[in-house]
Amino acid sequence: MEAGILQIFQSFWSRFGLWEPLWAIVEPVWPLIWALLRIIVILVPLLLGVAYLTWLERKVIGYIQVRIGPNRVGPLGLLQPIADGLKLFFKEVLVPGGANKALFFTAPVLAIAPALAAWAVVPFFDGGVLADVNAGLFYVLAMTSMGIYGIIIAGWASNSKYPFLGAMRASAQMVSYEIAMGLALVTVLMVSNSLNFSDIVRAQGRGWFAEHGAGFLSWNWIPLLPMFVVYFISGVAETNRAPFDVVEGESEIIAGHMVEYSGMAFAMFFLAEYSNMILVATLTSILFLGGWLSPVSFLPDGFHWLALKVFFFLLIYLWIRATFPRYRYDQIMRLGWKVFVPLTLVWIVVVGTCMVIFN
Amino acid sequence: MDFKTALFYIFSAILVIAALRVITARNPVHAVLFLVLAFFNASGIWFLLQAEFLAIALIVVYVGAVMVLFLFVIMMLDINLERLRQGFWNNLWLGGPIAVLMAVEMAAVLSTRSFGLEAMPAPTPATGSNAKALGAAIYTDYVYPFELASIVLLVALIAAVVLNLRQRRDHKQQHPARQIAVKRKDSVRIVSMPAEKE
Repeated sequence: MEAGILQIFQSFWSRFGLWEPLWAIVEPVWPLIWALLRIIVILVPLLLGVAYLTWLERKVIGYIQVRIGPNRVGPLGLLQPIADGLKLFFKEVLVPGGANKALFFTAPVLAIAPALAAWAVVPFFDGGVLADVNAGLFYVLAMTSMGIYGIIIAGWASNSKYPFLGAMRASAQMVSYEIAMGLALVTVLMVSNSLNFSDIVRAQGRGWFAEHGAGFLSWNWIPLLPMFVVYFISGVAETNRAPFDVVEGESEIIAGHMVEYSGMAFAMFFLAEYSNMILVATLTSILFLGGWLSPVSFLPDGFHWLALKVFFFLLIYLWIRATFPRYRYDQIMRLGWKVFVPLTLVWIVVVGTCMVIFN
Repeated sequence: MDFKTALFYIFSAILVIAALRVITARNPVHAVLFLVLAFFNASGIWFLLQAEFLAIALIVVYVGAVMVLFLFVIMMLDINLERLRQGFWNNLWLGGPIAVLMAVEMAAVLSTRSFGLEAMPAPTPATGSNAKALGAAIYTDYVYPFELASIVLLVALIAAVVLNLRQRRDHKQQHPARQIAVKRKDSVRIVSMPAEKE
């Protein structure tokens, strides 16, 4: 692919006879440019996806509640996210009095940077990954665990009561659910014998059912069904989405850590939250539903399957939000520590025992 | 100087500056954030040593969990900076010699032959998975020290819980199982009565 793109550039610039001098300048930094190009190819669709996820959310929840949702800006309200983005872009960013200015502006960056950096190791199709690192699973865990700093620092630097309460709630909640999430991932890496995402997907393409045409029965979701559920619910809790959205709970603390933010600073938190949602949906599809693999052998594998699975999980996100009331805080803690953590620990032993017996 | 060496110096410089700022920063929250930065750069140096698993573990454990709890506690403290700095000169006669002693000890350990370039040559380039090699070493050669360390942690964990567990009998407790088991007829009684007429 790299060679093909280089050839296109070459044939284009050769028409003006500029290829030779240009290449002499570009060649030493070409690996950097190539990496940047690939990052752009991942990030631009991702941010567009985030924009249209907000549209989808409003539409889907609208229909669930027998409303129409946004329908004023453009056909079907399709230009609504663009309008929202423009509005946020032109709004003034206010700084509350007594706020710690440097940290106040660092917080949104700390929220969005890990949310985008985690995408570096996510494979979209066979070989379609920015950095095919060995410890990919672990890397994603590290990146998602850092997103919390954005929230905590935002809450503290705002020098205001509601953001501070939001930050307190966030730090306790996210640390708790990270444990359940990490332990659920341990079972995945046990059965696939690798920390590399591409290898995890390929491991799901093998097995008795995959050889007999029904690949979807070979995916991880059947042997690891409880972990599949635990992982997705923990993912919902990690992204602070309903019914675990006590961090921003409108009726109690207005918008939690985001109360004092306006304009683009607020938009950054918003982008981080939605791109984290897409990340959790993608990871669930990759780890438990075979990523880019086709469910049946007579259809070709490819990116479209991953997109379909991600879309499915995003719809579940929205469905959950429209359906369930918010958890009470002590119930969240109880679910995380007394239900999920013991369940994952037991399942690790079960999976280990099965692996010893059947090998 | 190749790219890796340059990276090493960048990481090390930021690491040293951040570590210094941890002890010189006036605001404790800033100090914690500088400590996070220091961990980050230490992790970067470990990446350069091709210890990718340990480097990410440093971030997951220390940056992702331990420092979050640190921040959680420190943010809630109402710290009077003036009072804190008053004690500095009073305690210097004790703290100063201890600091010097520690520095001398570290220098003594690091300057021995067991820490030279001969004793610790550059690591051979890693082949295969880092995690696998580490797991094999921990669960075969070092299984007893590893289990012992985990038992120490477990004891500390239980001790922390026990120290904070105050059994108060004089307040009501919630029993989620009983809450869930509540049926309509437990709390609502439907009474049929004829309409009252004046």
